[in-house]
Amino acid sequence: MQETLFGIPVSAWLGGIMIGLAAVGLFAFLGRIAGISGIFFASFGRDGGLWRWLFLAGIPLGGGVLAYFMPTLNGVTRPNPGVVWLIVAGFLVGWGTRMGSGCTSGHGVCGLGRLSPRSLAAVGVFMVAGVLTASLLRHWVGL
Amino acid sequence: MSFSTGLHGLVSLVMGALLGAGLYVSGMSDPGKVLGFLDVLGPWNPALMGVLGGAVIISLIGFQSLPQQMSRPWLESQFYVPTRRDVDRPLVVGTLLFGIGWGLVGYCPGPALAGLALGNGEAPIFLLAMLAGGVVQKRWEARNK
Repeated sequence: MQETLFGIPVSAWLGGIMIGLAAVGLFAFLGRIAGISGIFFASFGRDGGLWRWLFLAGIPLGGGVLAYFMPTLNGVTRPNPGVVWLIVAGFLVGWGTRMGSGCTSGHGVCGLGRLSPRSLAAVGVFMVAGVLTASLLRHWVGL
Repeated sequence: MSFSTGLHGLVSLVMGALLGAGLYVSGMSDPGKVLGFLDVLGPWNPALMGVLGGAVIISLIGFQSLPQQMSRPWLESQFYVPTRRDVDRPLVVGTLLFGIGWGLVGYCPGPALAGLALGNGEAPIFLLAMLAGGVVQKRWEARNK
């Protein structure tokens, strides 16, 4: 049994609110934008900063703790695409988020909240690209 | 390590953990749910609308109200906010490539990091490739300047 609100699982809303609170919390305390790709690449830079490493470490920590206590809530429900496609996709995501200055968190969550025109454009582009790729290209290449 | 550095780190860890917990609770850490949302020709899964909707509502309230309520963050001397507003070619091309990678396997950076603790071997492979992609992009950019 799964509770829904507007046809969407309550857990999805709740998790989204948690993500939003984390982004606003990081901004209120440290004045930083919770853009995961930006923090990821900057953490390897000369002035990486301890806060970046700890923020990144917190993500699997929080996910892992929740998964430990609520193991049946979510899992991985698509077949493993194989090493080659994981590498191709990871490389594109790394190249693209660095070139485009952000990903789903930086542009999607924080950028839309900041009403940034760059982020608004970015979200439009990666949503359309994501939909077309998942709906057409993925099946066409046999994924 | 000074007290202030320690407090910075602790807050950062807690916010990262809250974000990671949110990714798991929402189902965004499941690339199958992500692809179920992006693949509009298959059995469509609207869950991601709730994730993005919930997150953006909180983000809108926070980012629109906080800078008016406080002159600086609680633990820092200033807000570090991107100032650019122009939509340029690298932004469009970059996010296009990102969207293609996202739509291929259903991972973006946050869920891939959370995936490190969710017990499948996919996440570390994806993250290493992502790091490589970012490093090569930086070199390519430097060479084409």
